[in-house]
Amino acid sequence: MSGGILTALIFFPLLGAAFVLMLSDERATWNSAFIFSLVPLAISFYLFAAFDPHEAGYQFVEQYQWIPQFGISYHLGIDGISLLLVLLTTILISLSLLYSGGGDIDHRPREFCFFLLVLETGLLGALLAVDLFLFYVFWEVMLIPMYFLIGIWGHGRKIYAAVKFVLFTMVGSLLMLVAILYLVAAAKHAFGRLSFDLPLLYQVPLTQTEARWMFAAFALAFAIKVPMWPVHTWLPDAHTEAPTAGSVILAGIMLKMGTYGFLRFAIPLFPAVAVEAVPLFLALAVIGIIYGALVAMTQPDLKRLVAYSSVSHLGFVMLGIFALNPQGIDGAIYQMLNHGVSTGALFLLVGMLYLRRHTREISEFGGLWKSVPIYAGLFMFVMLSSAGLPGLNGFVGEFLIMLGTYLRSWPAAAFAVSGIVLGALYLLWTYERVMFGPVTHAVNQTIRDLNLREIAVMTPLIALMLFMGLYPAPLISRMQPSVERMLAGVRIEQVRLEQKSHQQAGGIARRDTEKQADSPFSARAALRAARESFNGTDRWSAQPYSGDRPLIETASAK
Amino acid sequence: MNVEFAALALILVFPALGVIFNLFFGARLGRGAVNLVGPGVMFLAFAVSTWAFVKILAMPAGGALYCPLWRWIEAGSFHVELGLRVDALSGVMVMVVTGVGSFIHLYSVGYMAHDEDYARFFTYMNLFALSMLILVLADNILMMFVGWEGVGLCSYLLIAFWYTNPEFAYNGRKAFIVNRIGDAGFVLGILTILSALAHHGVWTLNFVEIQSHAGLIGTTAATAAGLLLFLGATGKSAQIPLYVWLPDAMVGPTPVSALIHAATMVTAGVYMVARLNFLYMLAPDAMAVVATIGALTAFFAGTIAIVQPDIKRVLAYSTVSQLGYMFLGVGSGAFAAGIFHVMTHAFFKGLLFLCAGSVIHALEGEQDMNKMGALRKRLPITFWTMFIATLAITAVPGFSGYFSKDLILEGAYESGHFWLWLLGAITAGVTGFYMFRLIFMTFFGESRVEADKLHHVHESPPVMTIPLIVLAVFAAIGGWVGLPEGLLWGDAFARFLSPVVGNFKPAVEASPAMLSAIATGLGGLGILLAYVCYLRMPGLPVIAAWRAKALYDLLLEKYRIDELYNLIVTRPLFFISDQVLNRGVDRMVIDGAANGAGLVVEAGGEAARRAETGNVQHYAFVYLLGVIGIVAYYLYLVIR
Repeated sequence: MSGGILTALIFFPLLGAAFVLMLSDERATWNSAFIFSLVPLAISFYLFAAFDPHEAGYQFVEQYQWIPQFGISYHLGIDGISLLLVLLTTILISLSLLYSGGGDIDHRPREFCFFLLVLETGLLGALLAVDLFLFYVFWEVMLIPMYFLIGIWGHGRKIYAAVKFVLFTMVGSLLMLVAILYLVAAAKHAFGRLSFDLPLLYQVPLTQTEARWMFAAFALAFAIKVPMWPVHTWLPDAHTEAPTAGSVILAGIMLKMGTYGFLRFAIPLFPAVAVEAVPLFLALAVIGIIYGALVAMTQPDLKRLVAYSSVSHLGFVMLGIFALNPQGIDGAIYQMLNHGVSTGALFLLVGMLYLRRHTREISEFGGLWKSVPIYAGLFMFVMLSSAGLPGLNGFVGEFLIMLGTYLRSWPAAAFAVSGIVLGALYLLWTYERVMFGPVTHAVNQTIRDLNLREIAVMTPLIALMLFMGLYPAPLISRMQPSVERMLAGVRIEQVRLEQKSHQQAGGIARRDTEKQADSPFSARAALRAARESFNGTDRWSAQPYSGDRPLIETASAK
Repeated sequence: MNVEFAALALILVFPALGVIFNLFFGARLGRGAVNLVGPGVMFLAFAVSTWAFVKILAMPAGGALYCPLWRWIEAGSFHVELGLRVDALSGVMVMVVTGVGSFIHLYSVGYMAHDEDYARFFTYMNLFALSMLILVLADNILMMFVGWEGVGLCSYLLIAFWYTNPEFAYNGRKAFIVNRIGDAGFVLGILTILSALAHHGVWTLNFVEIQSHAGLIGTTAATAAGLLLFLGATGKSAQIPLYVWLPDAMVGPTPVSALIHAATMVTAGVYMVARLNFLYMLAPDAMAVVATIGALTAFFAGTIAIVQPDIKRVLAYSTVSQLGYMFLGVGSGAFAAGIFHVMTHAFFKGLLFLCAGSVIHALEGEQDMNKMGALRKRLPITFWTMFIATLAITAVPGFSGYFSKDLILEGAYESGHFWLWLLGAITAGVTGFYMFRLIFMTFFGESRVEADKLHHVHESPPVMTIPLIVLAVFAAIGGWVGLPEGLLWGDAFARFLSPVVGNFKPAVEASPAMLSAIATGLGGLGILLAYVCYLRMPGLPVIAAWRAKALYDLLLEKYRIDELYNLIVTRPLFFISDQVLNRGVDRMVIDGAANGAGLVVEAGGEAARRAETGNVQHYAFVYLLGVIGIVAYYLYLVIR
């Protein structure tokens, strides 16, 4: 138990939201909302500094009884998987507020700040909750402010987009809720008491059928949020119609809730099913990568183009997650951060252009470099980061994901690599049509370059792209132990699956395994690694999946 | 012997400082500051490189300098440390890059003297030098890839330097995308090596460590990795099938063509193969592919160069052709010969482009050789230096290209590739023809310069001609470090490189003098033919072109490979993107399904609303039906 620092982190924005409601002056609203968002930013930097990079479990834990009759507790904690996402959230929220105050939001600024700060509470809460019920509450809290942000401050078919966004997400969420309740009931059956506490739920014994159904429900909820192909069609609409800040938060953080959900819930709760589902998810991820890039290529609308590029980038993240090895998952988490920074920056840049020209049609532009050189230079930099140029952030994530995928299934990596070609293709083609060539519309000659506020918004993001590209080690090392711990349960299931197929294939396959005893891929090495991870952690000492026979003994007896 | 040498980092720091300075302060501080800093940082890097190179020379054979930087990426057992390493191979490369690069930077001061965007130009040039030096100095393959993609980026930026011209912008993008296709292969190649080693518990990307564990990489993995990495090389070094970007890259400023698209960047693929020689030695099949592609490209590009009217395009296809020679060399196992040709080619081809730039500069942008001629007297320095470079590229005995090309052809023959050797020897004749055609059309014969340009044709300023003279000296004598065995100091170059790339082991006995005589004779024949066609009987080429119109057009239109790629790759891709996926799958099928589900719910609600009529009798009737139903059900249960 530490001094409630995570509670402060989550609820400070809510306090700020209440405060801005009492203001009437527009300037004061923007300023105070921005200042209120700086406090969680500072707290998250403190957490990053104080975080013990060798500890795999939750840190800064807070746990209180909430509704003891149902085993619901107020349980918060932060580990290597959520730490950096928390930091990303606080950074992007502050930058969004800073940017939006510069003229992007021209009506109802008070309500805008209110919803944005409430959204921050929802996002941070969902990232820090260790209780499944608490998580679900925050998960739903995120939805409402975003619905209003799109519906009130959006453009074009904003109501359609907002409703579509909520409906898609709700369909998944409700199925997940059913699965959560079933899981808790199973926990009661096994342990004799109701509990929504995540560490306990990891150990609930389930039959294969039960696990499969529940995994499906969780996976669908998260896959919609990611969004994975083919449940992605809410995304282009929501992104295109949302205000700039909404797009930044939506792409930068909310989509990560889906991938985070896989890492935190779907996979560790049901590792056996996750291992079985690897081929399916690798295939869907690869389709998403290629499909998203191809569809992005011929979009006439800049924002829609960036939205579809998210489908492609998030495909990479899913690919890394379902590589189910340290390289893949580290890469996936890193790519979540990269996507937040790079795509967030892209949406900001598109927003700045829209503010000047009130259009996002690519054909309306051309030859912009001449009139807005600073803007063009920044756009180039961000584009290269998004295209995964080595030396910038995107490459680190993409390479680790490709590595993890290659180790899991080289054909998947071979297909996915086409994504980096197509990514360069649509980005450079867009850039060429917007920035290069002669000026085709006279109005583009007179648009003004970026002002100080806009440069101030972009500078931290540019700095992050460089830093994360050149020196990722301190970030990756902090996520490493937690990722290893998460993978421990998965490795055991992998060993099981391999042994099952070896038994079916007869003795030949097993001899091969033994020959490669030193290989990190062999069953024995995986088991050893898994056992080491197990001994190193406290709460994870029980088996996450107790089938009909004790697992470790069976495996080691071979 | 490995010695830590922290000053190696300075070779990168100087160009990096140049980038920062020119980017942020260049336009503000003016032309003088940029002209000082842009080339200045290159000369500083050159000085440090020379220092390092002298240290290497002083060390016993096989020595290397290294400079560890920082731990870059780690995930699980995988980790990469950034570090620099100069051994004989990278020493030669770093000298070429900084040496030739410095003089081309200096030349640019004159060439860009009338361009407003000089600060941006030198920012890109310094950034290019930085990336190229990262590529060359990297001690591991992933860091090499950082430089590898970095030079591709700078190439893109510089091709599209005059961005207001849409064609230039297109050509820049084309270069980047084609290179990215190769790079995708490169990444898979890296992953193949990494995973082959990881299966044995070795996680490394460091060249030295890969070499010491090379035995763990099986033949299959080595072949796959070798071919995938070579796909990257075909992109960067403009070989079949990915060479199509290089000729179009010539729309960039001419110093860029000299530095990036002739002397340094495009040789990166050759350097990569030589650097990974131990890997390629494990995979004879991959080697054979490299050699074959190299020989085919050399011949194929040479034939296109014969008919091109644009002076820079001739040189561009000539570069593709010469790069083919280099791959023929390294693919035959004659790694030192390949690198030797990289070096001599940097001298003479860099020089050829700078001379072409000087001509174009004098003619105010004219690049069509049909509008040149008789410039010998008006541009004397340009003429003589270009003539020396031409002698070098056509491998006239004594000039630099002679020694390196001979070693390559000898290597090809002695490794048993008779047909590839023959193709290479014939290409020597083709080279002689198109190069002397260029010289004759530009500097000899009747003047065809447009009248209004004629009177202000003038020799370039010293800042441009000094680099020409310096490079001409090297183009002439630069090959003397690799003399035939038995003559004076013999092949000192190969002996210097052998600790890194090994010694060439011939499979077939041959007489080097005989092979040399055949190639040189064919080269002379080509020169003679050019002399006849363009000086003695100037009408002859026209008649020949008319007689063999189909062939002539095919060559002029570059075998229509661009059109072929458009037809089978680009157009289908855009069709699938726009018509199939965007309009079809995304909007109709997937969104249609989602909206359809919405409509079903809506229709259901509508039906339910209709039932609520508000009519009490209606409700009573339904109620009655319900009661009857329940009663009937219970009756059924009782009776059963």
